[in-house]
Amino acid sequence: MTNFKIILDISTTFLLSRIKQSTIAALGVTFGIGTFIILVSFMTGLNSLLDGLILNRTPHIRIYNEVKRSEVQPVDLVSRFRNGLNIVHSIKPKKNQIRIHNALPLIESLRRDERVKGVTPQVAAKVFYLSGSTELNGLVNGINVEDEVCLFNFDDYIVQGSPQDLLKNKNGILLGAGVADKMLLAVGDRIQVITTSGGIVPLKIVGIFQSGLADLDNVQSYVNLKMAQQLIGENTNYISDINVKLWDMDNAVPMSAAISEQHDLTALDIKTANAQFETGTAIRNLITYAVSITLLIVAGFGIYNILNMFIYEKMNDIAILKATGFSGLDVKLVFISQALIIGFLGGLLGLILGFGVSVLISHAPFETEALPTIKTYPVNFDPLFYVIGVVFAISSTFLAGYLPARKAEQIDPVEIIRGQ
Amino acid sequence: MSVVLQAKKVSKFFKQPVLFQVLKDISFSIEEGEFVSIMGKSGCGKSTLLYILSTMDTDYDGELFLAGEKLTGKSGEALARFRNEKIGFVFQFHYLLSEFTVLKNVMLPALKLGRKSEKEIERDAMEKLAILGIEDQAHKKASMISGGQKQRVAIARALINDPAIIMGDEPTGNLDSKNADNVFNVFKELSVNNKLSLLIVTHDLDFAKKTDRIIEMGDGEIIGSRSFA
Ligand SMILES: Nc1ncnc2c1ncn2[C@@H]1O[C@H](COP(=O)(O)OP(=O)(O)O)[C@@H](O)[C@H]1O
Ligand SMILES: [Mg+2]
Repeated sequence: MTNFKIILDISTTFLLSRIKQSTIAALGVTFGIGTFIILVSFMTGLNSLLDGLILNRTPHIRIYNEVKRSEVQPVDLVSRFRNGLNIVHSIKPKKNQIRIHNALPLIESLRRDERVKGVTPQVAAKVFYLSGSTELNGLVNGINVEDEVCLFNFDDYIVQGSPQDLLKNKNGILLGAGVADKMLLAVGDRIQVITTSGGIVPLKIVGIFQSGLADLDNVQSYVNLKMAQQLIGENTNYISDINVKLWDMDNAVPMSAAISEQHDLTALDIKTANAQFETGTAIRNLITYAVSITLLIVAGFGIYNILNMFIYEKMNDIAILKATGFSGLDVKLVFISQALIIGFLGGLLGLILGFGVSVLISHAPFETEALPTIKTYPVNFDPLFYVIGVVFAISSTFLAGYLPARKAEQIDPVEIIRGQ
Repeated sequence: MSVVLQAKKVSKFFKQPVLFQVLKDISFSIEEGEFVSIMGKSGCGKSTLLYILSTMDTDYDGELFLAGEKLTGKSGEALARFRNEKIGFVFQFHYLLSEFTVLKNVMLPALKLGRKSEKEIERDAMEKLAILGIEDQAHKKASMISGGQKQRVAIARALINDPAIIMGDEPTGNLDSKNADNVFNVFKELSVNNKLSLLIVTHDLDFAKKTDRIIEMGDGEIIGSRSFA
């Protein structure tokens, strides 16, 4: 398109004749886009870190038997009292077993469901950790280590030893970091646990587990499924929890509803369990976009002002162009392309700036007790952000340039020429 | 001889500040190769007429034909294209794009027309500049040359697309007599050698006397037509 080439030629000449103002306008965009990239990379990096902290290791559906009172009391079943206002005081929970009835067939049927990525059973056992004369409250979970590693990134939280060591050692325990710390225990040491029935079982520490949540690390440890069943004196049918991971998290809500309906079990889906995390993520995203858009609007006003000034200065040139046969559209394109050049170059520079600062941040040391596997600040280098950044830059400068450009389009050359 | 420009009962009103008829039923025509000048008192409507004839002003009554086409009622886009191809306009003040070189100023209308390659256009532009005797200024910035030179650049630009007609609104009004003679000679040559039609508004009777025909205007009307040649 020859026409486009000449229009670009004119607009770059105009821009270069006002190189200082053009540069300042472009730097406004650079600043806006750069900030956007930095903010969004850092915020989403932080988001996925925090999400990962909870969501990665949280089952999408957790099935267990909850101790709760009966919704239907005997008096409700008597037809004589149906129309009365029945008040029952001091309702106690029904004696209920913690075990999941018929757990193994349920696991099998879940495994066959094609929405399910994996299923793993757990056995929870309350214990006391024994150290000299002190007894520490504890919770030991019997797990299938391989499942936990592949479904819930369990290995991310083993700071010493390895999950595989638990497989090799049926008396092994992955001890919570808080417990190990309090009891001055290390990998290779032995620990005794007292079961609820009073038995004392010696276990070998094969690893240290640290989730980053102090409350959890102070009580929680992991053993093999069989060992947990032994600790509470149950056979291999005994399962207290079934954890399900789905291919698509969005199926969690309907599936958990169906499971609790069919099997008279409590099935807790991840959305209900962790609603606050999604809220946090949403708010952080909102802040990121709000700040970036604000900066871009400011940059947009800068471009708007400068283009208005250009048009005012170039009134004569616009009249000449129109008198010599350039159409209103051509003139409009001259000014829009100036805005787009400013936006594109400023935006590109902004991407480079954003990327550079993000790289710096991602190399800045960030060590915290709570996040054992993290050594530097989390930064998300998703290319999509860079695409959004360019689109942002171009569209905001287009908008900022459009109004002045339309004004230029409508300038009546006769009025200008007469004015001389 | 064929008619290049024809105005039929062209009238124009200004509504601001008061309703006022600036042009009253102007009818005339110009033939191919004819060199016509328009004279008249200041404020009689010469410039207004020229803006209408050059298609920049479309707010008028009556009809306008140029190079065999009826221009009245065409869209702004179509008129711009027509102006680009068929009309060369020379203003009283040397209107050049000051950030571009002299050469680029001359080339722009042809680049817009897009009928020739950039190389050819550059050669044409140098040729036009040579006709006006300013080819040595080609690579200077337009803001760096003198007033007389600027006016000649403007004429070269008006010629670049080989238009059907050149219109000028007091093109020599700001020039000294030597430069004014120069410009007249260029116009005369173009009309004789190239069969170019010219319509030039002027206050300079000496200039007008040398043209083929003088149209005299008064109060928005044509009040006479004279020829000294
Ligand atoms: N935009 C306008 N609005 C109202 N009156 C105008 C406008 N432009 C010109 N005029 C008036 O129209 C008349 C003709 O102006 P013009 O064509 O410039 O005269 P000339 O070129 O012959 O000196 C003048 O009286 C002038 O004041
Ligand atoms: Mg005038």
